[in-house]
Amino acid sequence: MDLTYTEEEEEFRARLREWLGKVLPGLPPKPDPADWPARRRHDAGWQRMLYDAGYAGLHWPVDAGGRGATPTQHLIYLEETERAGAPYVGANFVGLLHAGPTIAAEGTAEQRARWLPPVLCGDEMWCQGFSEPDAGSDLASLRTKAVRDGDEYVVTGSKIWTSHAEVADWCELLVRTEPISAEVPKHRGISWLAMPMDAPGVTIRPLRTLAGSTEFAEMFLDEVRVPVGNRVGDENDGWRVTMVTLSFERGTAFVGEVVACRRTLGQLAAEARKNGRWDDPVIRRKLGRLNAELSALWRLTQWNVSEAQASGGVPGIGGSVFKLRYSHARQELYDTAAEVLGPDSLDLAREWNLDRLSSLSYTIAAGTSQIQQNIVAERILGLPKGR
Amino acid sequence: MDFQLSDDQRALKAGVRELLEGRFGRDALRAAVDSPSLDRELWRELGEAGFFALRLPEAEGGVGLGLPEAVLAFEEAGRVLLPGPLVATHLAAGSVEGAASGTVVVTDVDESGLVPWLEFADVVRGDASGAVPTSSVDPLTPLHKVPTAVGVPDGAVAALLTAAEQLGSAARTTEMAVQYAGERQQFGQPIGAFQAVKHLCAQMLVRAEVARSAVYAAAVTGDRLEIAGAKLLADDAAVRNARDCLQVHGGMGFTWEADVHLHLKRAWVRAEFGGSAAQAEEELAAAL
Ligand SMILES: Cc1cc2nc3c(=O)[nH]c(=O)nc-3n(C[C@H](O)[C@H](O)[C@H](O)COP(=O)(O)OP(=O)(O)OC[C@H]3O[C@@H](n4cnc5c(N)ncnc54)[C@H](O)[C@@H]3O)c2cc1C
Repeated sequence: MDLTYTEEEEEFRARLREWLGKVLPGLPPKPDPADWPARRRHDAGWQRMLYDAGYAGLHWPVDAGGRGATPTQHLIYLEETERAGAPYVGANFVGLLHAGPTIAAEGTAEQRARWLPPVLCGDEMWCQGFSEPDAGSDLASLRTKAVRDGDEYVVTGSKIWTSHAEVADWCELLVRTEPISAEVPKHRGISWLAMPMDAPGVTIRPLRTLAGSTEFAEMFLDEVRVPVGNRVGDENDGWRVTMVTLSFERGTAFVGEVVACRRTLGQLAAEARKNGRWDDPVIRRKLGRLNAELSALWRLTQWNVSEAQASGGVPGIGGSVFKLRYSHARQELYDTAAEVLGPDSLDLAREWNLDRLSSLSYTIAAGTSQIQQNIVAERILGLPKGR
Repeated sequence: MDFQLSDDQRALKAGVRELLEGRFGRDALRAAVDSPSLDRELWRELGEAGFFALRLPEAEGGVGLGLPEAVLAFEEAGRVLLPGPLVATHLAAGSVEGAASGTVVVTDVDESGLVPWLEFADVVRGDASGAVPTSSVDPLTPLHKVPTAVGVPDGAVAALLTAAEQLGSAARTTEMAVQYAGERQQFGQPIGAFQAVKHLCAQMLVRAEVARSAVYAAAVTGDRLEIAGAKLLADDAAVRNARDCLQVHGGMGFTWEADVHLHLKRAWVRAEFGGSAAQAEEELAAAL
């Protein structure tokens, strides 16, 4: 058991920290969350800076254009960027954190050459078209269908909760290439396609979240033509490819946020000391317990990363253990922030109140807590599958 | 950074498990519950195996290992609910003659004012004058209470080793619940196929694994605050896992026959030792 970093890792950290210290002060201010074109420009700009400095796709394999960094270096990267308050990956989320890694792992040489470089330099953005109005947790029962017509699929159906759909160039889209029947159970007959978002027949209707923003959208697909060459993996083998995508999404995507939460906790304590709430022992004790909780989550992350490093690559289902506890801790953090703010917790202009609203999604998005508990119970503990 | 057990650490853990399962298996546990007394012979065997001298330098006749290894050994002790003032005797190795070899049993006056195993110990560290026996909730931890108590000097290490025992218990009750849920049938299927049961078990694993990361990391850094946090999370994991394990066992869980109550009662006792939750939380808050 060793928690010290090697000299090489510390050098990497120092170089990164120095670079962040140099570039962050000159960065344009955060755009208005309602202004999508501005957000896209901002997020793409940050990605370009990372690319030019050699930090893009740090954890991607070298033959996919990445830097082939070790999981530990990636951890250091997340730690340092969050600590320095660097922009969040934002609209680059899907491309960088799961569509890209999926294509790197499952795509052909041609597909990798076409799609990966623009993700890395911030030129193209992706969204995720998995969920449908009638297929959320039961993702495999999706119904959007793709019918082969020559060397194209003709896609018809609808998707929902598609984050960042308004600015995406591409969509990782799950379609049914074989209808469900007695011979074809629901997990078969699914294919994974890269769909251009500007194709005729794609209509996007923004959905307003409870935080007032339009983070996600509904997507209507009316005879959208997608080249067969845009299919990643074999026809009807999309469920397997999807599992690869989900392991990236659940395994690594939230890790860096623990650092951001720890920063917020420190600010919360400072606010409480300033506004008098610190005198309340109930609030003090909650802050103390959160301190223990977030430190432990960081240690759990280091444990999981060490394990992934030892076993060589794709994050394991330990990610579900992390996600269950983290999503809860994050909600607890912002509920405590509301207690610290008192009546000011009703003022949306005050820091943390929008974050409190956003935190409500953590036990739902990327697989609900109930679904994660099923995964832990069945795949880690080996309990019988439910009906 | 390689935050995994080394081969040596794995071997140590397996060795301690084997020793304890052989020497203090279920029958021994139940026999001890029926007539609580300190098994001197077992104490000496633990001494011979190096349990108490684990962190004592080799030059002083010890094993010369560190806190991480001690934590692994105490985790195993917690798994089997090994009784006795283990932490106090371990801490006294090197300063109290005979503690390291297990020929002398040492107990401490805890800062809570509680003294475990007082009438069975040879040496008491701290002032136990005026001690009165209490009717202990845990059949395997006889307790006295003293009117005024001062904490032991190595309180942080005591708290960490106690946390390690809690971790062992939390992991063990998870296994017990999972095993029972896979065997017990109701409505024509194992109860573990029901989500309400499945989700209790999943949460037990999550609690144990989060506590494990915290306890192991605190053992590596030896940091006071990190130890306080680890104790907090391990107490929580041990107590709540025992309760959930009891729930999964249904009526069987409420009986004296099932071992679940022994885990819960010991977890309550350990949670009281080495500083209260309130103290730890205040300490962790003050550091923000
Ligand atoms: C902020 C946000 C962003 C999102 N972004 C995207 C995106 O970009 N792309 C995309 O494809 N999807 C996205 N999603 C969708 C997300 O993956 C789904 O919302 C989620 O998987 C749950 O599906 P659902 O909404 O249909 O809820 P349902 O599946 O209808 O679930 C409703 C309730 O029933 C429970 N439930 C359902 N099945 C079970 C079961 N078997 N056992 C126990 N309980 C069960 C759930 O836990 C939940 O509490 C996003 C969601 C949110 C909130």
